[in-house]
Amino acid sequence: MRDVAIVGVAESDIGVVPDKSKFQLSAEASRGALEDAGLSIRDVDGIFTNIITEGGQFSSMMMAEYMGITPRYTDSTSLGGSSFVVYVEHAAMAIAAGMCDVALICHGSTNISDRGGKGGPVSHVSDVFGPTQFEEPYGISTVGAYALAAQRHMHEYGTTSEQLAEIAVATRKWASLNPKARMRDPITIDDVMNSRVIASPLHLLDCCLVTDAGGAVVLTSLERARDLKKAPVQLLGSGEAHTHRMISQMPDLTQTAAAISGKLAFERSGLSHGDIDVAEIYDSFTITVLLTLESLGFCGKGEGGDFVSNQRTAPGGDFPMNTQGGALSYTHPGMFGIFTVIEAVRQLRGECGPRQVGDARVALCNGTGGTLSSTGTIILGRD
Amino acid sequence: MTAAKLPPLPPLPRPYQDTAAYWAAARKHRFIIQKCTDCGEFQFYPRGVCSHCLSSALEWQEASGRGEVYSYSVNYRAPHPGFADKTPFVLALVTLEEGPRMMTNIVDCDPESVQIGMAVTVTFDDVTEEITLPKFRPA
Repeated sequence: MRDVAIVGVAESDIGVVPDKSKFQLSAEASRGALEDAGLSIRDVDGIFTNIITEGGQFSSMMMAEYMGITPRYTDSTSLGGSSFVVYVEHAAMAIAAGMCDVALICHGSTNISDRGGKGGPVSHVSDVFGPTQFEEPYGISTVGAYALAAQRHMHEYGTTSEQLAEIAVATRKWASLNPKARMRDPITIDDVMNSRVIASPLHLLDCCLVTDAGGAVVLTSLERARDLKKAPVQLLGSGEAHTHRMISQMPDLTQTAAAISGKLAFERSGLSHGDIDVAEIYDSFTITVLLTLESLGFCGKGEGGDFVSNQRTAPGGDFPMNTQGGALSYTHPGMFGIFTVIEAVRQLRGECGPRQVGDARVALCNGTGGTLSSTGTIILGRD
Repeated sequence: MTAAKLPPLPPLPRPYQDTAAYWAAARKHRFIIQKCTDCGEFQFYPRGVCSHCLSSALEWQEASGRGEVYSYSVNYRAPHPGFADKTPFVLALVTLEEGPRMMTNIVDCDPESVQIGMAVTVTFDDVTEEITLPKFRPA
């Protein structure tokens, strides 16, 4: 089996981009990632995307057609925002097995422009077919689902809103160092606590942004990667898992599938928690981060609140996390997973300027998708 | 009153093979759940097979309608136009006396008074002539 490396990463225009379609954002990010690698679209023979098409199907066929390519390996695995981290594992397997040589993972979304430039609810369905008819009639929303987990964690472990706010404040500090981040003004724990409650116990500033954005990641064999433009970033270990689709079916509201995917990634890499120099943890909500840190084993169950206290994850803290400003402050086009990978690669290459984590050699990314349903964990290192 | 003046309805279930009996019972203010006659486990939501052992030998049983709040959230923002006149409402997960957990709303009380562990009992919300939603109120 061949070792595999990430050789190119890029974002598209991000923020509010009303004049570009989600397909264009995905394609322009792909062009950027291929340029970053020193490869051309003609080199791509594997495609991985679950861009949301009208009707919700055929994502990889649609994007391959849009970019004029004929892949011999294709994957539209639909796990929500974790998909793109899981695709790194899938692409690595395909490359290792010789099923493709150059894998392109891409995503684009006009999540804010689709809502007329404003956030807020988008559901207008009138009747619900399938199992979600046991949730939607009761007013489920993404924030409502994650709020249920937060409330339960507070009940079981005494976690506080102030502790969740620590995450939002630290993440904003990282965003202030990233010119591409949408929200860069500093905030305080009081600002988070005083922002309006959307779904108790979660406040507005516990919630991710809604933006337009595209992103892309290119992988190939480590052997080929060594001849390309930039230093390869090697995939050292990975894991994926899902425990449920609907939050009402989640076995334990205080533990995510990262307990499985993270354990697999650490085992397969031969590394331990102390080896991780920088962590990119999908932060759809502050509670997502807290549950993920516990589930990955960076701290014990119920200890997440203490773990993130005193701005531990902020610039200068001893656990650098979500260094581009995260979904909370940088960008969040509905599915964020690919941006965790892009930032981890840039950190390991030393490309991050004022937000660079000194001598970052090993990075961990964790994507979460659905309603705390699915996770993908990858551990990346310099060649 | 003209139809245009009625507030929009929340999204409503469209019963299908797995769920038609459940919704038909709810319409008659009966709360039924499935039990597997092979492994003896209860399950919620209704399925065509048992989610514990994959058997198709399922039977409907009248549930006690009693349970306790496993978690809840007071929602101040409407996720859909059909909830615009209903905020704040209590989204909740209730653990039924029989074991399974389900999503519901806690009603007939001050939303701020709901707590995890609170004992609740089923009540029926006739949303339309066809659809009745089982909800829960303090026991």
